[in-house]
Amino acid sequence: MEIVLALVVLAVLAAFVVAPLRRRGPEPAESESPERADLEARKEALYRQIRDAQLDREQGKLSQADWKRLDAELRREAIAVLKRIDAAGDSPGTSV
Amino acid sequence: MVELGAACLIASPIACLYAAGAAIAGARRGDRRLVESSRRAIYALCALLTVSVVVLEAAFLRSDFSVALVADHSSTTTPTGYKLTAMWSSQGGSLLLWAWVLSIASSGVLYLTRGRHRELVPYATAVLAGIGLFFTMLLLLGANPFDRLDPAPAEGAGLTPLLRHPMMAIHPVMLYSGYVLWSIPFAFAIGALITRRLDASWIRSTRRFALVAWIFLGVGILLGSRWSYSELGWGGYWGWDAVENASLMPWLVGTAFLHSVMVQERRGMLKVWNVSLIVATFTLALLGTFLVRSGILESIHAFGASTVGGPLLGLIAVVIVGSAALIVSRLDDLRSERRIESLASRESVFLVNNLLLVGLAVVIFWGTFFPLISEAFTGEKSSLGSPWFDRYTAPLAIVLVLFTGIGPLLAWRRVSAGSLWGLVRVPIAVAVVATIAVAAFTDALDHPAALILFACAFFALAALAAEFWRGAAAQRALTGGGRLEALGRVVTRNRRRYGGYIVHAGIAILFIAVAASSSFQTSEDLRLTPGQSGQVGDYTVTYVEPTQSIDPKEQKLSFGAVLDVTRDGKRFATLHPARQYYSSTTSDATIAGFFEGEATSEVGKRTSIGGDLWTAMRPDLAPLDKVIAGVDRRLEATLPEIGSQGPTPAQVEAMRAYTDRQGAAIRNLAALYVANPLPVDFRVNVNPFVIWIWLGGAVSVIGGLVAVWPAPEARRRRVSDVYAARLARDLGRA
Repeated sequence: MEIVLALVVLAVLAAFVVAPLRRRGPEPAESESPERADLEARKEALYRQIRDAQLDREQGKLSQADWKRLDAELRREAIAVLKRIDAAGDSPGTSV
Repeated sequence: MVELGAACLIASPIACLYAAGAAIAGARRGDRRLVESSRRAIYALCALLTVSVVVLEAAFLRSDFSVALVADHSSTTTPTGYKLTAMWSSQGGSLLLWAWVLSIASSGVLYLTRGRHRELVPYATAVLAGIGLFFTMLLLLGANPFDRLDPAPAEGAGLTPLLRHPMMAIHPVMLYSGYVLWSIPFAFAIGALITRRLDASWIRSTRRFALVAWIFLGVGILLGSRWSYSELGWGGYWGWDAVENASLMPWLVGTAFLHSVMVQERRGMLKVWNVSLIVATFTLALLGTFLVRSGILESIHAFGASTVGGPLLGLIAVVIVGSAALIVSRLDDLRSERRIESLASRESVFLVNNLLLVGLAVVIFWGTFFPLISEAFTGEKSSLGSPWFDRYTAPLAIVLVLFTGIGPLLAWRRVSAGSLWGLVRVPIAVAVVATIAVAAFTDALDHPAALILFACAFFALAALAAEFWRGAAAQRALTGGGRLEALGRVVTRNRRRYGGYIVHAGIAILFIAVAASSSFQTSEDLRLTPGQSGQVGDYTVTYVEPTQSIDPKEQKLSFGAVLDVTRDGKRFATLHPARQYYSSTTSDATIAGFFEGEATSEVGKRTSIGGDLWTAMRPDLAPLDKVIAGVDRRLEATLPEIGSQGPTPAQVEAMRAYTDRQGAAIRNLAALYVANPLPVDFRVNVNPFVIWIWLGGAVSVIGGLVAVWPAPEARRRRVSDVYAARLARDLGRA
């Protein structure tokens, strides 16, 4: 009886594992291209850096001059990333 | 049901092999069906190992002694809770736990990254499946938890007494989960190296897994130290034992990794360092498993045999050589995108703290493996004791605590000298005042290292408090509301940053407690008989009377003591330490069997936030040896003989009478111990602020949880939209 139960469990799992190989038709579209995913991640990281720099300025860690220079630099980088995302042109993904 | 668990375990390496093969083939051919199938094979592995674990746990609960593992590590008298946790006290059970946690974590990360990292994920899957293959094969060939005994014994050997402690139920799971979860960032790092996708995306996808591994490992270490403090009876929480060190090393290097990946995420620097750190962390996690399971170094925490040591060493060698070759071959792709702009920047501090953390790990590694190194060169094993470790780790720890405070004060890239002075002057003032107060009101001047550490920790705590204060003030200026409300808002909106600060505060508290409890500890060994007193620091300890108790269910005999403690003539506390003896299932002698196996200490302590008064006892039972031997001889003479045909009704009755005589003999011995008290050796410690070690650790864990907790997706999107809108305006102008 136990052996039968074990065989049933193994058969169900094997069917589950090979199911994608039995799928016919075109492959489902990737939710995002690797390049797009990288750009989205870089964009999020830059947004976080801009926000952190703002918080650092409000807390007195960055002088007004330092913050202005840093903020402008980060925004330049972010704009460049946004342009590349526009050029890539597919849908955005989510981050983990 | 045992066959079902065994069959699932046998199928597990097949699932791993398939997952690895399908993942690599899928990546090479660009066939996403194969890649998806490989992911499903990892889910299947998780299901198979879950069935195996459930079946094995059921065997423990049923006391199914036909399973050798159950017979060796449990008994009918083992309490139900400990039957459930007995699995990981064994070699096969703990390796099954390793493989099971790995399959759960692998399934989790592959589910979360489905449809993403198309190039990288198949190779990460193959690495995880390879690790799974190794451990499942190790189980099947070296430590199969489903090995059977025929005929099954009527009774099991029981769980090692030292492991019958609530901490031990959770500690191994936490520690092993910590070790195992480092596999996830390791596998993704290898995937990134193979595919040359060495930007920060692999870090972002596995950051939470690394943080959870760090939390689990930290909790495991804290629980282990608490168990050592309250169960081992030597009076300390950390003895620089090989297994303790083995858990600390990956934690230290993992901490360095968690800091340095932030530099790569923000600045595109330290890429070689980061992949090297995660390889080192994972290798040290494997080494931790090896040390617990191989028995190669002596340890009070090692409960394993040596059958899996060789293969584990082989895996460690493969990981080191393979990863090193991969890193060297990808050096061109691992070049930093930027350089450090200023020494007064957060990335510079992270670099220093990385060097300190790795330096600490190197010192501990050398000290831990010195017995093997010395044996290789001189033929004799020489070990290095606590003073050696203290001498070399204390200076590094002091500087590390200082940087725990400096790091959060600095901004990324650069901080001007004027801003820097404005940020540090208040923490410096607080640290100076607090340190002078400590020096004035205690004898801390006699312990300069501790005093310097206090000064650094006070600086760190003041700097962190100032950070929270400034953050709340900035938030209040933006949104209004009360100060507490603003504080809550700024923390929840910047969880990574403030979670990290909470972790730092906990670490500073922990280090203060370590320095205070070790430098200002008072310890005395007293040999007392009832009525006698001894002096320990300001406390007078009087041995009032002996106590005894018998727990027939656990087959435990406990000899204890009542101690009255006075301070300055006033009653302070009554302590009840005890020494517990467990009936040995391998001994033929009824009474002597209690004293031949392992004994545990029930520590008597009074805990307050100012410190612990801690005591453990060891009765001198030598005068009872002759009595015990005589009783055992008489009992043995009355042991009824039972033929191979099974007992007759008369023999069953005789056996029952014999068991009653055994019980009476044990009760008589316990009564004798109380009626004719023997001298008892007490160790009495006064440990200042020791409870703050675990409170500080708990604060750090809370900070880790804050940092790991994801912001709601809707809020993340809203924040992104705000910045996107702002940048869109710039984009229009650009």
